[in-house]
Amino acid sequence: MPVIFDHDRIFAALADPTRRDIVRRAIDGQEGVAELAEHYSMSFAAVQKHVAILERAGLVTKRRRGRRKVVHTNVGAIRIAQNLLDRYQDLWHARIDRMTEIINETSEEADR
Amino acid sequence: MTVTAVHKDPKALTMTITAEFEASPERVWQLWADPRQLERWWGPPTYPATFTTHELSPGTRTEYHMTGPEGDQPHGYWDIVEVDPPRLLVFRDGFANEDGSPNEALPEGEGRVTIEAIGGGRTRMSIENRFPSTEAMEQVLAMGMEEGMKQALGQIDAILAEGPARIG
Repeated sequence: MPVIFDHDRIFAALADPTRRDIVRRAIDGQEGVAELAEHYSMSFAAVQKHVAILERAGLVTKRRRGRRKVVHTNVGAIRIAQNLLDRYQDLWHARIDRMTEIINETSEEADR
Repeated sequence: MTVTAVHKDPKALTMTITAEFEASPERVWQLWADPRQLERWWGPPTYPATFTTHELSPGTRTEYHMTGPEGDQPHGYWDIVEVDPPRLLVFRDGFANEDGSPNEALPEGEGRVTIEAIGGGRTRMSIENRFPSTEAMEQVLAMGMEEGMKQALGQIDAILAEGPARIG
């Protein structure tokens, strides 16, 4: 089933530290929800809820591995979210550098 | 390095960038208030901006367009919300149609610029960019920015390669 990326969902899902941690751990795709839950002091149900939010955002998928179901991070979705903010940051970096050039020009003129 | 801090908050959909300049707050304010200076930094070298209306007083609309390498001209506007020279500027920015009227199909963002003296003849400027949605962020980025950005970043690298900036 194709996952439709909803960017707001991706950002909202990544805003929680536990969910970010789940995303990190699930990159290998070795653990199921029960095993993931052992890493946290919260209940199994709470971890299950976090995984469901990540799943809806398209950040993780559950895959069958033999008789088990493991949680697997969808690396592509993470990149989309990171990229957006990174690119916007780059845009402003470039603007501020141009501002600096303009200011330096005028102070050089004043020095003359 | 003039940029001193960047704070990205994916949940609030804000990106705040802070920079320091060896200049007075009044000088930094001019970068925003003078349309001729503004158009030298708003667009990347491949998409220079032209500001046709720019008064910087609350309730006014700033109109501009950018000109791309293919002759494409994306239009934009700022609705000026708050002005307190040389300390504060708040504006909502969006995309415009060719006649300058806001393109309501596309979302608006908000920019909040604060400028303060930090001693030693230096000034800190902070810009908080708030987006209504990630789609809005994408559209801003799509507005002919990426291509030019790479070039601009190349220019920065060249400047940095010249060695450390003078201090004090």
